[in-house]
Amino acid sequence: MKRYRLQLMVCAGTGCVSNHSVEIKDALDREIEKHKLQNEAEVVFTGCNGFCGAGPIVVVQPDGVFYQLLKTADIPHLVEEHLLKGRPVKKLMYSPPAEKIPIPKMSDIPFFSDQTLIALRNRGMIDPEQIDDYIARGGYKGLVKALTMMTPDEVLKEIKSSGLRGRGGGGFPTGVKWESCKHAHGDIKHVICNADEGDPGAFMDRSIIEGDPHAVIEGMIIGAYAIEKVHQGYIYVRMEYPLAIKRFQIAIKQAREYGLLGENILDAGFTFDIDIRRGAGAFVCGESTALMASVEGKPGEPRAKYIHTVERGLWERPTCLNNVETWANVPQIILKGAQWFSSIGTGDVSADPWGGSKGTKVFSLAGKVNNTGLVEVPMGIPLRDIVFKIGGGIRDGKKFKAVQTGGPSGGFIPESLLDLPVDYEELTKVGSMMGSGGMVVTDEDNCMVDMARYFLAFTQAESCGKCTPCREGTKQMLDILDRISVGEGTEEDLVTLEDLSNVIVESSLCALGGSAPNPVLTTLKYFREEYEAHVKDKKCPSHTCRKLNTYSIDEKICLKLGHGCHVCVKHCPDAAIIGERKQVHYIDPAKCSKCGVCYDVCNFKAVQVA
Amino acid sequence: MAKLKIEDLDRIAEEARSKMTIREGAGKARITVHMGTCGIAAGARAIMSAFLDEIKAHNIKDVIITTSGCAGLCSREPMATVEFGNQAPVKYVDLTDEKARKIFKEHVLGGKFVMEYALSVGSERIR
Repeated sequence: MKRYRLQLMVCAGTGCVSNHSVEIKDALDREIEKHKLQNEAEVVFTGCNGFCGAGPIVVVQPDGVFYQLLKTADIPHLVEEHLLKGRPVKKLMYSPPAEKIPIPKMSDIPFFSDQTLIALRNRGMIDPEQIDDYIARGGYKGLVKALTMMTPDEVLKEIKSSGLRGRGGGGFPTGVKWESCKHAHGDIKHVICNADEGDPGAFMDRSIIEGDPHAVIEGMIIGAYAIEKVHQGYIYVRMEYPLAIKRFQIAIKQAREYGLLGENILDAGFTFDIDIRRGAGAFVCGESTALMASVEGKPGEPRAKYIHTVERGLWERPTCLNNVETWANVPQIILKGAQWFSSIGTGDVSADPWGGSKGTKVFSLAGKVNNTGLVEVPMGIPLRDIVFKIGGGIRDGKKFKAVQTGGPSGGFIPESLLDLPVDYEELTKVGSMMGSGGMVVTDEDNCMVDMARYFLAFTQAESCGKCTPCREGTKQMLDILDRISVGEGTEEDLVTLEDLSNVIVESSLCALGGSAPNPVLTTLKYFREEYEAHVKDKKCPSHTCRKLNTYSIDEKICLKLGHGCHVCVKHCPDAAIIGERKQVHYIDPAKCSKCGVCYDVCNFKAVQVA
Repeated sequence: MAKLKIEDLDRIAEEARSKMTIREGAGKARITVHMGTCGIAAGARAIMSAFLDEIKAHNIKDVIITTSGCAGLCSREPMATVEFGNQAPVKYVDLTDEKARKIFKEHVLGGKFVMEYALSVGSERIR
């Protein structure tokens, strides 16, 4: 076996791959060979590091030197300086916003140092396509412990007392769910991994699968063992995640070859296997009953849950469904114990599994923050720390406005509530939710009416149409929001919006409708003045809703800086701009349709918005 | 690949441990070869190769080899610093292939300073 002195960990998550990390690896291999270092340095693909905004990323170990935003042209210099001469290349390192001095070590960068890793513990450390790498990091040791030293009941008890709750949205205590499935009548039972991640901007599950597929598989085997009578599990993953599917396929194949899946696992007398079912990417198929219908080959529509899926789920058999991140937590809990897990987080789960939020949660941080990407933080961390410490604050020195948690049907949380600890109950209390962990940060330039409209448009389009409140109600709400954003809203509309929201929340068949009005309800609650400006003054305070703006041209800027460049005239679809080349231009308000194209194309910022 | 037995997991983990030691950046000992221009000119590469060769020959999995720039004492190159466990780092100077191998056997593997080649024990204070 070769003995290297350097391991170059090249991120091969979807984000970095689309930023050409595969070419970066090729270039590294080429240069390393050129300098005859192939026996000293190994280049390895790893899963997502989470700092997707800085991709493509390469981490040089053992010193943990973090290189970001790499281009293939940087590689010859990097290899010669760092690998050959031992001089890390400063200009390719990360510098925090507003600071000039780069931080060489990954562990010193605030984005990484403020995180706590359980579900993502192997990120950047293993090659996800090598089962041996996973085993070298303690992989499948939790399974061995469960199979050889614990009874199924003991495993279940461990998960129950750890306080682990569903990471996919509902936050239902995992142990309680397993227990209900275990006690349900039936000789054949199933476990399912829900990898139908569909929230816009959320990619934590994809990242876990791409970076550490065996953690999910190991969790599922342990779950099947604990629930008993489970010999077949399914992973439901959307076709939009080709890399995740590929990594799962490789991982399942390797696990089967090692006898970690299949008959008589590790000669411990337990038989279990996993198959992949691919979904077509409908958002509603993340809902448990719709998902199971889809696995059965039926249309992906939810059903009323008078009878829970743990009693009658897939093919009417007792079925335990957990999300990717939930499964990925299981091996560590078994290996390190419930007490270790429940020492992290909020509340007390010793008597009541609903009594707190334990462990960590992975969030995908997106929007107007400096550091976008994937972060794993302990439950109970203040929202402010995620946005300002890990996220590095708001881009371009703008002012924070709100953060939306929980995906498209989560609520917006304003500045005044930023010190809120991130935990299931606290987020629900303020009208939002943990959801699957989407986190979208908005700044002063975002219009909250427009944000609510955007997310409602998403859930409306994804509504399966089976129940009336969701199908018709969200459509009516969207129509009202559309009207408000073009200045045709009335004060009565705001009342109707609230009424409709409450009805939809109360009467929808599944959680899609039940939570779809959240963005509207929370923005109405915390940013009512913005709605009122739209309906009373017919103005959009952040000038996002363009039909409410008035555009004009600053004569001085147009002439002195732009010399009457005439670009706006070429782009105006209404022929509303008057002016000859090299002379001052004007907008004719009678003809202007307020599309804002002139504002977008003017290179001299001469077009003014009011 | 054959079906695993429980004890095979430990074997696989052990085999991959040298890679993981490097990735985790935490070994029993750490050797830093000074590879500034002066170090390279004085033959630091041969010193590096000697250390790597020893690691391979002894099938060592928990020693990290890394490089650094000039240490400021160019006339005594090639140099290397050895950190063993929590002991103070030791700087070795005027290294040759044989000296490097002796240091490896006695200090890196055994934890015993090779005083005759050492320049100093401990490092400069950084303010």
